[in-house]
Amino acid sequence: MSISRRHVRAIFRKELREYRHNGSIVWTMAVIPLVFVLPTIINVFGVAAGSVHADLLLYMLGIPALVPAVVAAYSVVGERQQGTLEPVLTTPISREEFMLGKALAALVPSLVISYGVYVVVVACIELFAHPGVAAELVRWPELLAQLLFTPLLAGWSIWVGIAISTRFGEVRVAQQLGALASFPSVLVTALIAYAVIPASLGLSIGGAVLLLLLNGLGWRVTSAAFQRERLISGTR
Amino acid sequence: MYHLIRWLIRTWRSRRGAAQAQTQIQEQTPGAPTTTGEYAAGEPVTDGAAGDNAAADEPSAPARPARPAVRLVTAPPPVPPGSGGEVSGSPALSVNGLTKRFGDRVAFQDLSFEVGHGEVFGFLGPNGAGKTTTVRTLGTLFAPTSGSASVAGLPLSPRNGAEIRRRISIMPESPGLYLRLSVAENLECFADLYDAPDPRERIDRALRAVHLADRAQDPCGALSKGLRQRVALARALLSDPAVLFLDEPTAGLDPVAARDVHELIDDLRQRGVTIFLTTHRLEEAERLCDRVAILNRTLRTVGRPEELRERMFAKSLTVRTLEPLPAPDRVFVGLPAVDGWQRDADQGYVIAVSDTRIAAPAVTRALVQAGADVLSVGESRHSLEDVYLELIDTDEEASRR
Repeated sequence: MSISRRHVRAIFRKELREYRHNGSIVWTMAVIPLVFVLPTIINVFGVAAGSVHADLLLYMLGIPALVPAVVAAYSVVGERQQGTLEPVLTTPISREEFMLGKALAALVPSLVISYGVYVVVVACIELFAHPGVAAELVRWPELLAQLLFTPLLAGWSIWVGIAISTRFGEVRVAQQLGALASFPSVLVTALIAYAVIPASLGLSIGGAVLLLLLNGLGWRVTSAAFQRERLISGTR
Repeated sequence: MYHLIRWLIRTWRSRRGAAQAQTQIQEQTPGAPTTTGEYAAGEPVTDGAAGDNAAADEPSAPARPARPAVRLVTAPPPVPPGSGGEVSGSPALSVNGLTKRFGDRVAFQDLSFEVGHGEVFGFLGPNGAGKTTTVRTLGTLFAPTSGSASVAGLPLSPRNGAEIRRRISIMPESPGLYLRLSVAENLECFADLYDAPDPRERIDRALRAVHLADRAQDPCGALSKGLRQRVALARALLSDPAVLFLDEPTAGLDPVAARDVHELIDDLRQRGVTIFLTTHRLEEAERLCDRVAILNRTLRTVGRPEELRERMFAKSLTVRTLEPLPAPDRVFVGLPAVDGWQRDADQGYVIAVSDTRIAAPAVTRALVQAGADVLSVGESRHSLEDVYLELIDTDEEASRR
């Protein structure tokens, strides 16, 4: 199977242009991180050194798990409802290329938002938090974990969201299910952040490998679930 | 990320190979000799199309038994020089016993016809007749249940799906534009999807063809329905298709916008593009199409509009006189090429004839000799609409029985 970079880019660029022209999508993506930023900030600034959870910042990994879910869940069913899917499917684009274009278009803004918000939060902690709290929270292992797991979690959420989007004919249902499907990832990161599940190197490597596999599998399974006939005729 | 890196490496590795494949594809002539590839029943044409059950494009169609199929294989006629593209040896479209079912429901059944290169082929039928499903099947969006076809020189098969889609264009009934994007942005996306070699030039040319060059930067959402339809047409032209499927291209358009679309179809015909036109507008089909097919789940008839008229209706003359004739039998019976007569409303008579060129002068002379005050003697004209209604009404009656 060969992938045409031009086809993928066409879908990717079209999606980004739609985001640019549709402010509500961008606002929705930008507001979701507040759910994670506010509790973190309250925790950080409301406690003394020594009483904060050392892995608290891992809670911010909920952002890449949740932010792309809604956009990804809209990606196919939204086009169906607008009536724009059929013209795209009459072109030589393969389903793998279509899926990859859609996934990248959800991934890139999610990464920008996730890393951007993380940088702002870390900067605030370094500048305004008690030096002891800052030293406890901002450590290289956590920074590396954030760097590594952000795209992996976002990718997984995206494939789940797109898979839901190919199976459901109603935008609202798909988006609600997409958000719901990302909750397990959010829950796991929250449990690690609040030390219910103890963070360790083994857990990190195991989690990363699992997410890598799930991402690879996600592309294949989602592409296989994408059937032109079913999507156009509306049959289940 | 891992996934992205893998994809980038694979893309880099396959660039040279893909470029070679692209060159080979371009070297193939769209109208290359057809190899008739048999299509196994139920085999998906599209990437993973499953041929699922249930509703198709026209789900409101009442379920009723399809009429016994009449296999009408009509070769494309020779197209007169200058009227748009000569019919070459291999047809642009060749359909043989094609059937599509959604579960128990028959969308269309046992279609067999051919369309020549450069021909404008009209596909007529009532709602739910299977026109759009036929277009989607030939466009590789739906997998046929049985039968075979070749499209733009390639057998309809799952393996050829992408290449067939590269050679054809489909303009669906609904324009399906990205309304938040500008006209140019919409077309840029599709130029890339069609691998157009010089996208900027292609887009400009397509926009000029539909007289929208000055609206390129307008958001599609701000355009009227007619203009959106034109953008959709421009989009369909981007790939320089060998076969262009137009599904109700003038649906909902005002007469001026519809006329513009007709002119564009005429232009495309002059350029030798094969056009498969589905429409409800019978006068449009009569004016534009070299041949028409009338579909009502099965193919009811195929032919040139004038052939169909002759096939369906006997030739006749309509005679009008100021006063009723006292003895019409004495006037009409025995005249050369006259087969019979019957009274029509408004002091008129319909004369069944075998040859109007012989019968008309004879009838006129006979009327004058009989002292009738003749208002008019004219050849009865049956429109394509008469043909259509005759066939569809017959189907309706049969389904009621």
